Amino acid sequence: MTLKDLCKLIDGRAVCGADRLDEGVKYGFASDLMSDVLTLKSDDFVLITGLANIQAIRTAEMSNVSYMVICRGKTVTEDMLELAEENDMVVIASPFSLFKCAGLLWQAGLKELY
Amino acid sequence: MRFEYKVEGGDFTQAGNAASAIKKTLKQLGVDPVVIKRVVVALYEAEVNIVAHAWRGVIYADIEGSGIKLRLEDEGPGIPDIGKAMTRGFSTASEGVREMGFGAGMGLPNISENADEFHIDTVVGEGTTLNIGIRF
Ligand SMILES: Nc1ncnc2c1ncn2[C@@H]1O[C@H](COP(=O)(O)OP(=O)(O)OP(=O)(O)O)[C@@H](O)[C@H]1O
Ligand SMILES: [Mg+2]
Repeated sequence: MTLKDLCKLIDGRAVCGADRLDEGVKYGFASDLMSDVLTLKSDDFVLITGLANIQAIRTAEMSNVSYMVICRGKTVTEDMLELAEENDMVVIASPFSLFKCAGLLWQAGLKELY
Repeated sequence: MRFEYKVEGGDFTQAGNAASAIKKTLKQLGVDPVVIKRVVVALYEAEVNIVAHAWRGVIYADIEGSGIKLRLEDEGPGIPDIGKAMTRGFSTASEGVREMGFGAGMGLPNISENADEFHIDTVVGEGTTLNIGIRF
C-alpha cells in the first residue's frame, strides 16, 4: 500500500517526509522492544511502535528502516525529527493504539514479516 | 583506520553515536550493505549495553581492508554469569532502561549472531570488555 493509504487507515499524519507519501510499503512489524527490531534481517518494512523517543529513531537508523508509525498520539520531539530527517525517514504519527494500528493495517493487506 | 568513542553510562541521548559514525564511514568505503548492517547492529547493541548496564566506557574501532575489529571496554559491574547473560530473554535492565525500549535480553545473543568473532572478558565489580570481529 502507499503511505498515503496507510495514513488514511490509521488517521495518520506525516511529521517527517510528508512529500514522500506516494512511496509504497508491503510489510509491517510492530514492537516496542528495540532489540527485537534489531534482530530482523529485512529492512523493507514499516516499523509500528508505541515507543516515542530518540532510541526508537536510532534503532530505525541502525536497521535501515525508512518508514515508521508512532502510535497513541505520542509527541514526536524536535530531536527525534532532526535525527529522522538526517536519515531520510518518513515518520507518521497516529492517535490509535499499537494494537489498533497493526490490526487495521494488516486487515488492509499490509503483510507480516513473520 | 582507527576510531575511538567515549560512552557515558545512563546517557541514552548519546547512545548510538558511535554506531552511527561507523555506519557512515563503512558506507563511504563501499562495504557491502548486508555486512554494514551486521556491524552496525552488533556495535549499537554493545554501545547500548554500556549505557544501560555500565558506568562508562570506550569504544575502539579498527577498520582494515579485510574487516572491522571492535573493542568495547567499560568500567562497570561486570557480568557474573556470562552463560546466563548470553541466554535469550535474560536481562537485569532497570525500569528506566526498559522505558527506553531496551531490556529484552536479546542484545548479546544478537551481537553473537552478527559477529564472525565474539569474546567477552569480564571482572565482577570492575568492568567488561567485548571484542567483536566482522569480515568484509
Ligand atoms: N557491559 C555490560 N556490563 C554489565 N552487565 C552487562 C553488560 N552487557 C550485558 N550485561 C548483562 O547481561 C544481560 C543481558 O544483556 P543483553 O544485551 O543480552 O540484554 P539487555 O541489555 O538486558 O536487553 P536488550 O539488549 O535486549 O535490550 C544484561 O541484562 C546485563 O545483566
Ligand atoms: Mg542489551
